[in-house]
Amino acid sequence: MSGSQELAVRDKKELAGRDEKTVPGRYYVPYADIYETDAALCVVMEMPGVERKDVDVSLENDVLRVDGRIDFSKYAGMEPVYTEYNVGHYTRSFTLSGKIDQEGISAQLEDGVLTLMLPKAKEAQPRRIAVG
Amino acid sequence: MALFPDPFDTMSSLQQMLEQFRSSGWLGSSGVSGGGAYPPMNMFRKGDDYIIIAELPGVKKSDIDVQIKGRTIRVSGTKSVEFPEKTGVHRRERLAGRFDRAVTLPVEINPEGAKAECREGILALFLPRHEADKPRSIQVA
Repeated sequence: MSGSQELAVRDKKELAGRDEKTVPGRYYVPYADIYETDAALCVVMEMPGVERKDVDVSLENDVLRVDGRIDFSKYAGMEPVYTEYNVGHYTRSFTLSGKIDQEGISAQLEDGVLTLMLPKAKEAQPRRIAVG
Repeated sequence: MALFPDPFDTMSSLQQMLEQFRSSGWLGSSGVSGGGAYPPMNMFRKGDDYIIIAELPGVKKSDIDVQIKGRTIRVSGTKSVEFPEKTGVHRRERLAGRFDRAVTLPVEINPEGAKAECREGILALFLPRHEADKPRSIQVA
């Protein structure tokens, strides 16, 4: 694999939905890294500006869905004079393959980065089979 | 007539304004420095003071360096992304690396009163306008 991805300015990925939201406004798709260890699937998403109380993580029918809301009241009284990016709520869904131990899902939010640990159900963990 | 401010109104009107001021002429030609364009910044005015907001998800306070000289603000630091060992990577979208960006504002800032705050991956710089730079009213006789 090539070297680390160099920092560059990217436009936020806007949600081009098949589902239309009833509320007007832009929604963004947070950048995510997904990796897998023997014990768990790990999803790391960047959602700057989202506080712990404004994150919603749900798993239904093997679809993992993450919503992060922005508190727009912080911008009250401020007039933009020069902008380079827009601000909006975040949402992203993944269909999970394989079995996840739903009880064991944990989430941590720090510095705008949400880390989800999805432990694999016991049956799905790799097992060593001894050859007689 | 709305008795309570509609939270959805705030969001869409703010988003419209942010779109309108995209690369507005306020910053002149000094928007992008030799160090690159990361992080993208939004600049606001609140009364006489200016506020710069940048998104730096995953960057700790200790990894950010903010310097002010005259009208120039410089934000530099390192954004790091780490993976534990023995992992199979399914997807990589997050970027990492060093950043170093300087912007020159069209107004003089008072460095004594400047404050920087970093929370939830958002860096906010509160930049009060320098007294000497504030416009003075002239009486019309």
